Amino acid sequence: MRRAILAALALLAASGVSPLAADTPLPAQPLAYTQLADPAQEARAKALMETLRCLVCQGQSIADSDASMAGDMRALVRQRIAAGESPAAIRRWLISRYGDYVSYDPPLSGATWPLYLAPILLLLAGIWIARASFRKRRR
Amino acid sequence: MSTAASEQRTGGSRLIWVPLAGFVLLFAIVAIGLWRPADRTVRSALVGKPMPGIALAPVVAGKPGIEAGRFAKGQARLVNIFASWCIPCAAEAPQLLRLKAMGVPIDAVAVKDTPAAVAAFLARYGDPYDAIGGDPDSAVQFALGSSGVPETFLVDGNGRIVEQHVGDIRAEEVDGLAAKVRGLR
Repeated sequence: MRRAILAALALLAASGVSPLAADTPLPAQPLAYTQLADPAQEARAKALMETLRCLVCQGQSIADSDASMAGDMRALVRQRIAAGESPAAIRRWLISRYGDYVSYDPPLSGATWPLYLAPILLLLAGIWIARASFRKRRR
Repeated sequence: MSTAASEQRTGGSRLIWVPLAGFVLLFAIVAIGLWRPADRTVRSALVGKPMPGIALAPVVAGKPGIEAGRFAKGQARLVNIFASWCIPCAAEAPQLLRLKAMGVPIDAVAVKDTPAAVAAFLARYGDPYDAIGGDPDSAVQFALGSSGVPETFLVDGNGRIVEQHVGDIRAEEVDGLAAKVRGLR
């Protein structure tokens, strides 16, 4: 297997064919990797970027991802924050395009209520179990 | 005292099954996830809604860009989100050419691309497009709820997005797509 890969690489080098690059030839947008000049605005943008999902990497936030699409989303967030838009409005705009999936801060809805209720119910169950076992011990 | 002890014992013997039941439940959940993995395709939330008002500058000479109000002129059309640097887009090109030959109007949004690269792409793989608008900073992609290239939006004559096709259009999907566009006319 390894020899086959080496042979393929040698062939590729000999033929002068460069591997296909499936990425944009355009440079990243300035605001993808540059912070906003105003620290307060940058802090707001950063907080929002950490709770927006990178659509092509899915397990990462756009603040964490180096994908070119994540860079474009960071630029979009920073441009809109700089223009005075609120983080909540930007999140709403993205949700109206991609659904709740794009946000790491899911709203309370039919599908997400167990997420919010389960910790409370588990805590109550824990208190109930603890109370029962303490009572038993006292007796 | 002895009855209480035996009660406790029977209660205990029933409780002994709880961990096993928990294990079986967990196993079932994992097994379902393995056999039927969740669909991770990110779909646009705009399907069924009006096309956002987009206006895009032309990319290549001799081919118009996308002017505002283009999608509400009574004709159903496809909007292909593509890029010259995207390999599945090249694989999709013959299918788009067939759709055009069947009379389906197709517009394009070239994502993060250069005029020279788009012109070379069209020269090599054919040009099925009526109009090509440039989207240098993915702004239109975000406005459409598109998360990659290629994607194809089916827009009816009133400018409403009827369907989003994520990924390249395969040869076996061409006839169905053409029939859908014809049905919208």
